[in-house]
Amino acid sequence: MAIAFTLNGKSTTVEAPPEMPLLWVLRDELDLKGTKFGCGRSFCGACTVHVNGEPERSCRMPVSRAEGKEITTIEGLSEDGAHPVQVAWQEIDVPQCGYCQAGQIMSASALLAGNPQPTDGDIDEAMSGNICRCATYGRIRAAIHHAAKLAQAPPTSHETATGAGGSEA
Amino acid sequence: MNAVDKTGNLSRRGFLHVTALAGGGMLIGARFSLDGARGAAAATAGADAALNAFIRLTPDGIATIMAQNPEIGQGVKTMLPMLIAEELDIPWSQVRVEQADFDSTKYRGQMAGGSMATPMHYQSMRRVGAAARAMLVAAAAKQWKTDPEKCTTEAGVVHFKKKSLSYGELATAAAEIEPPNPRTVPLKDPADFRIIGQEIPGVDNPKIVTGEPLFGIDVTVPGMKYAVFEKCRVHGGKVKTANLDAVKASPGVTDAFVVDATAQAESAAASFSMFQVAPPNGIAIVGDSWWLVNEARSKLEVTWDEGPTASQSTAAFDRQAEELSMQAPERDLRNDGDAAGALASAAKTLEAAYQYPFLAHAPLEPQNTTAHFHHGGLEMWAPIQTPQFARGDLAKTLGIPEDQITIHLTRMGGGFGRRLYWDYMLEAALIARQAGVPVKLVWTREDDTRFDFFRPGGYHYLKGGLDDSGNLVAWRDHFVSFGEGPRFAPSAEMAPNEFPQAFVPNFALQASKMPLGIPTGALRAPTSNAISFVVQSFIDELAAEAGKDPLQFRLDLLDAAPDGMRPAFDAKRMKAVLELVRDKSGWGTADLPEGTGQGVAFHFSHRGYFAEVVQATVSKEGELGVDRIWVAGDVGRQLVNPSNAVNQVQGAALDGLAQALDQEITFEGGRTKESNFHNFKLLRIDQAPPVEVHWVMSDNQPTGLGEPALPPVPPALCNAIFAVTGKRIRSLPIAKHDLSWT
Repeated sequence: MAIAFTLNGKSTTVEAPPEMPLLWVLRDELDLKGTKFGCGRSFCGACTVHVNGEPERSCRMPVSRAEGKEITTIEGLSEDGAHPVQVAWQEIDVPQCGYCQAGQIMSASALLAGNPQPTDGDIDEAMSGNICRCATYGRIRAAIHHAAKLAQAPPTSHETATGAGGSEA
Repeated sequence: MNAVDKTGNLSRRGFLHVTALAGGGMLIGARFSLDGARGAAAATAGADAALNAFIRLTPDGIATIMAQNPEIGQGVKTMLPMLIAEELDIPWSQVRVEQADFDSTKYRGQMAGGSMATPMHYQSMRRVGAAARAMLVAAAAKQWKTDPEKCTTEAGVVHFKKKSLSYGELATAAAEIEPPNPRTVPLKDPADFRIIGQEIPGVDNPKIVTGEPLFGIDVTVPGMKYAVFEKCRVHGGKVKTANLDAVKASPGVTDAFVVDATAQAESAAASFSMFQVAPPNGIAIVGDSWWLVNEARSKLEVTWDEGPTASQSTAAFDRQAEELSMQAPERDLRNDGDAAGALASAAKTLEAAYQYPFLAHAPLEPQNTTAHFHHGGLEMWAPIQTPQFARGDLAKTLGIPEDQITIHLTRMGGGFGRRLYWDYMLEAALIARQAGVPVKLVWTREDDTRFDFFRPGGYHYLKGGLDDSGNLVAWRDHFVSFGEGPRFAPSAEMAPNEFPQAFVPNFALQASKMPLGIPTGALRAPTSNAISFVVQSFIDELAAEAGKDPLQFRLDLLDAAPDGMRPAFDAKRMKAVLELVRDKSGWGTADLPEGTGQGVAFHFSHRGYFAEVVQATVSKEGELGVDRIWVAGDVGRQLVNPSNAVNQVQGAALDGLAQALDQEITFEGGRTKESNFHNFKLLRIDQAPPVEVHWVMSDNQPTGLGEPALPPVPPALCNAIFAVTGKRIRSLPIAKHDLSWT
């Protein structure tokens, strides 16, 4: 059946079985490979996208539920990788293998959208559905705090990170 | 390309060659051959094929450096080019990095494993960069009619008196220069390093944070179909009958067939590499959508020949191990002094039985490969840590020449040792050949968890003896493991010189084995990740029995190597990291609240020295929280990329924590019981304590960091739990134990 939604700001219509998870529509029908398959059962968060601004696990979301919604994937988070979370992730040098990071960034950006100054406790709560097998958690936490600062600063600011490799998480 | 090739000796078997690029600029590579003359000839003949060399320097001043090794998250795609760029003396901002394909004619050691990239390539990559720099200097000196010795370089520019030329301006002329002998080309004084030792972010970070396709699972080729592969849940089982017609009628399915490579693989197996895999047998379902072909699996009705492994289970292994522990060991692995006699006469003795479970690797990117037979050969895109071994073994199994197999190296969504083994590549190749179309095989998480090359479980029956003064005088370990005949199953062995061998006058290591039909293999810090738990926990028990501080007891033991013994590692280096972690963690001096305690452990592996302290809090009801981990490490005199070094160490420490807390793979009826992250639990952010990393910069060759920080964490955590509760954890995971205390 034809399902219509807004994908990264553009009207999109796909022909797909209604129960097909949004993840596979994104990856294999629309060729957006940034959203990752990790577990297929909402355990790991690698497939996190925004649905009307809220983080959702696309591996368990039938594409029929996307009808009429606004879907944002990692490819659409910013035009040029300049979203504060994307910038912070690079300045803190978060990734190891990098496979989970799209999902981490989508969860983190949704967190910051609703809570511009999250505490460590807020971060734990919002991010505990996203597994990082390389366990870059100390840097994920640091990068979310850093992104919060970047988002507050004027866009022309050249504020720099405190450094990628501080010896403490 | 109009090639002018010059060659220079790289090593006994390798040559540097330089090629002029058609549009200006130079290409520097190394070509390896059994003899120099043929190497030079091949370099001349194969200029076009040489595009994937080490450095491509173009007139715009940009140096494109090929990253030769597979990237699994260990940071090697950034690290190896850093080494070249340092000696080339070019700013990192003028460097671009590209992933090389697997090509054994151009690169050596294209492998991710064993924390080997730094020790293998630290000098050779620098020499490539230094040779290129020397050629640029020579080109400038020629133009200025001066002596190259009088020229200097800085940040991509050659200087002589007031003259200067940029590398971009010199690149085309430098292609005419005879390459120097890289073995004798001078290297920088480390005091002059501008890139090595700097915190350089991962080169793929911009692509990772914007979701660009990088990983094996992201590969697409024209005309490609998707595939899943259903195997017998009993390891080693085979298809008897299957309702293929019903599956073929499912939506989106274009083909379904039985794949059975048992015969070919068995005949080829005799000459396989050390990373051999079991012959695939199962049912392939091929179609237009991965999700649809995977859905079609639910329609499969298969009768299986389950084979002999159906009788194996974790419960049976536990029973068998206990029986074996009461019998005479199958063999001695090591005997120093007289352990039995010394235990009989010791002032105090202690006995304990330790065990640890099988573990899965669980890299977050499920196994996958895209395979395409065309032009008489096989082209593959695969996340693989060992392309050289994989290609050789694939060629033997598939019966095609090795040089007809091309492997494109993709970034890997983690490896941890799982992708040392190439079973999914063989499955993809067999499916693509039978289907007659390019095929992308993707496993589910359930496939990945069930069909791993597991870290083997193991059992240790220990006895230790102390003298009147509380010194360790005797150690006996009866290790019950897996294997058949003379051979241990992969990664189920134990080195006969594992600590405390050579530090105890009377030492006996004995082994018995049980047959195992389940595949095992290397998991990050193989053997060490298990043995450290056993040894460093029992050492802690002995320290307590001796009434000594557990950290001081270890320092004393490291001083106690009897004359004539040659320990597997340098005791002084280990003492230094122990003393550092003692000081940084406030060991024995911190004012800890009731319910909070510290535990310590050290381990030597992959040439790295690591001592770690874990601080844990256990409520009286038995709820465990890990507060902080302190790591002190010694990997030599230089961290190539301190940002990545710290990231690796923190990740390895937390990996060890995850294993200790709640990870276990179990078997019943020859089947893996765990299937996904709800029952094989990876660490989450709310469980991850801060990890402080400190270094001893000893004057030794730099070594690798992917693995050696992991092994001390499980025992240090268990020792911290003992410090609080008085309870010894002698089997993992900790989640199985009641930690409540009064």
